[in-house]
Amino acid sequence: MRHILSLLMENEAGALSRIAGLFSARGYNIESLTVAPTEDATLSRMTIVTRGSNEVVEQITKQLNKLVDIVKVQDLTDGSHIERELMLVKVRASGEYREEMKRMADIFRGRIIDVTEKTYTIELTGTGSKLDAFLEALDSAAILETVRTGASGIGRGERIMKI
Amino acid sequence: MAETELTGAEIVVRCLQAEGVKHVFGYPGGAVLNIYDEIYKQEHFEHILVRHEQAAVHAADAYARSTGQVGVALVTSGPGATNAVTGIATAYMDSIPMVVITGQVPTAAIGMDAFQEVDTIGITRPCVKHNFLVKDVRELADTIKKAFYIAATGRPGPVVVDIPKDVTQHACVFQYPDQISMRSYNPTSKGHGGQIKRAVQMLMEAKRPVIYTGGGVVLGDAAEQVTALGRLLGFPVTSTLMGLGGYPAPDPLFLGMLGMHGTIEANMAMQHCDVLLAVGARFDDRVIGNPKHFGSEARRIIHIDVDPSSISKRVKVDVPIVGDVSKVMEEFIRLIQGGGDKPDQAALKAWWAQIELWRSQDCLKYDRASAVIKPQYVVEKLYEVTGGNAFVTSDVGQHQMWAAQYYKFDKPRRWINSGGLGTMGFGLPAAMGVQMAHPDAMVACVTGEGSIQMNIQELATCTQSKLPIKIILLNNGYLGMVRQWQEFFYEERYAESYMTSLPDFVKLAESYGHVGMRIEKPADVEGALKEAFALKDRLVFLDFLTDPRENVYPMIPAGKGLSEMILV
Ligand SMILES: Cc1ncc(C[n+]2csc(CCOP(=O)(O)OP(=O)(O)O)c2C)c(N)n1
Repeated sequence: MRHILSLLMENEAGALSRIAGLFSARGYNIESLTVAPTEDATLSRMTIVTRGSNEVVEQITKQLNKLVDIVKVQDLTDGSHIERELMLVKVRASGEYREEMKRMADIFRGRIIDVTEKTYTIELTGTGSKLDAFLEALDSAAILETVRTGASGIGRGERIMKI
Repeated sequence: MAETELTGAEIVVRCLQAEGVKHVFGYPGGAVLNIYDEIYKQEHFEHILVRHEQAAVHAADAYARSTGQVGVALVTSGPGATNAVTGIATAYMDSIPMVVITGQVPTAAIGMDAFQEVDTIGITRPCVKHNFLVKDVRELADTIKKAFYIAATGRPGPVVVDIPKDVTQHACVFQYPDQISMRSYNPTSKGHGGQIKRAVQMLMEAKRPVIYTGGGVVLGDAAEQVTALGRLLGFPVTSTLMGLGGYPAPDPLFLGMLGMHGTIEANMAMQHCDVLLAVGARFDDRVIGNPKHFGSEARRIIHIDVDPSSISKRVKVDVPIVGDVSKVMEEFIRLIQGGGDKPDQAALKAWWAQIELWRSQDCLKYDRASAVIKPQYVVEKLYEVTGGNAFVTSDVGQHQMWAAQYYKFDKPRRWINSGGLGTMGFGLPAAMGVQMAHPDAMVACVTGEGSIQMNIQELATCTQSKLPIKIILLNNGYLGMVRQWQEFFYEERYAESYMTSLPDFVKLAESYGHVGMRIEKPADVEGALKEAFALKDRLVFLDFLTDPRENVYPMIPAGKGLSEMILV
């Protein structure tokens, strides 16, 4: 099953490699990983998307908690939550593509953030599956380059993760 | 008035002093010269100069195992640090509290492939509880405080503090914190009250109970409580290799060690029990064999451990209790004594009758009339001659298993071996650490001719530091444990397990200034041991020529279940 883990960790050199090392050493898989400092500059917030049976994910959570740099771990998939991912797609925008790409971006509520004679760069946010759907909907010959951030997640409603 | 400033090197020494460190095991080199210079000037602790950094770390590790205090090792950057890695991994696998200080190239040179630079933090990351690179002298004291705190609390483990050379030169005001608190590190110590009640209830309902104890009982100083609980309930007790001494082996309730080379009674009881109380043990592959086979019998499991990640890792547990094992055991005893309930005595009697039947197979029997020395006999005599009061260190192989099976440890922290990593070369340096911590104690290193040669250079350290260790070499001419596997599982193709060109160990010992003895006949075993232990201030190297074809029994082949033992 797919799980989204949210982590608060000390914003220290080496913390990221401890987490990456833990996943590779124990053979856990990482589908995506995002990290950035929080409003409190001494803390970073990380979202890890992983797959595994409940037992494996329980072990992952326990092993993460054991790392000295990690302050808190939460499995967002335990409750209702929101996840978003950002994607930038550079597409062909010449000839008949020009209209078509604009239309597709509109349908998916994307924004064109860079324009040349031959290309558009489209920004799109949403769940991973929405981004997948957008790429599916485009003519694959039109896609020049894609870059995705991986999911960031947060609990729904009043559920918060703070120290 | 400006406060006086100390250099980083001075701060290191003052921190160790503040931690009450009495012994540091180490080896100098460029990156740590400033620290060594400060060590030279002080008298608060003694530095023991080893002959290889691996030995420094093993010695510090065994110092910790035998005392419960944090062991300390000091090595230089680059090759000093890489040599230390085996020792660090050994301590990590057995959860030993230790602080290893490594020198590092100056901060400005880090990342430049400088002379004797390695990424010590990167290399040691997977085999430490935590590690630190100190880039600013103002963080040094706090970091060392944290290192000791992390090493000793929760599930203990080694912590590396990597200090660049320029940091040892820079100066700042020194203040050692009395206490440290870390928002990201708060080990649980008190077990959950409700879970403890459930567990006690389960014990009362047991018809075929077993108490299974591990290294956590020794590390958590819970031997007394576990012994009291076992006796209070009259339940059978078994222990892992790492837990030996946590429950007194001569006690009739004790079934011996379990696992790959465990006794029939221990393994069968473990397999067929209906309620299992696991205390500071982690169900590892050498203990329960195949988890599927283990799971094929229904039983309810209570698991007490200080590390939540040890629980339900290999087997599913019914009542998990995270906490300090000694405190949790005390709580158990209090509830049982207060409640006045007793387990079903008739069922317990029937269970013991079954266990006695298994026990009557006498699975540790061996040929006592043999004309060649049997290794088991040497360990039995060692037990007798030392009155069971020695510290016994060992290496890895058959000799290790015989020491575990035949020396009846009745106190914790007396049996010192590398269980998790299985590091050949551990025994002699470990004996040094133990002897430093207990100068008047009898310290025996039970070893094999393969293992002893992995750190044989330490015989020189023993001369320099006057360590009167007794080396009990069970010399079978083979990498015996390898030979045994080849006999059982590779149709007797003995690939590279026979060692020719062994040194004359007697002369070798003498050349380092020690006493050497060679013992070739069973009749001479006891006399030699007595003579050796009478030489209280000398290291004696006893080379026992033992039966080259003897095997360790019982044996559960890797991947098999607890009831699938190979017997003599
Ligand atoms: C550093 C290291 N290398 C290899 C091994 C694999 N190994 C385990 S037991 C053993 C043989 C040990 O031989 P010896 O020390 O003579 O002891 P014996 O089994 O004969 O008692 C070997 C090679 C190990 N445990 N550690």
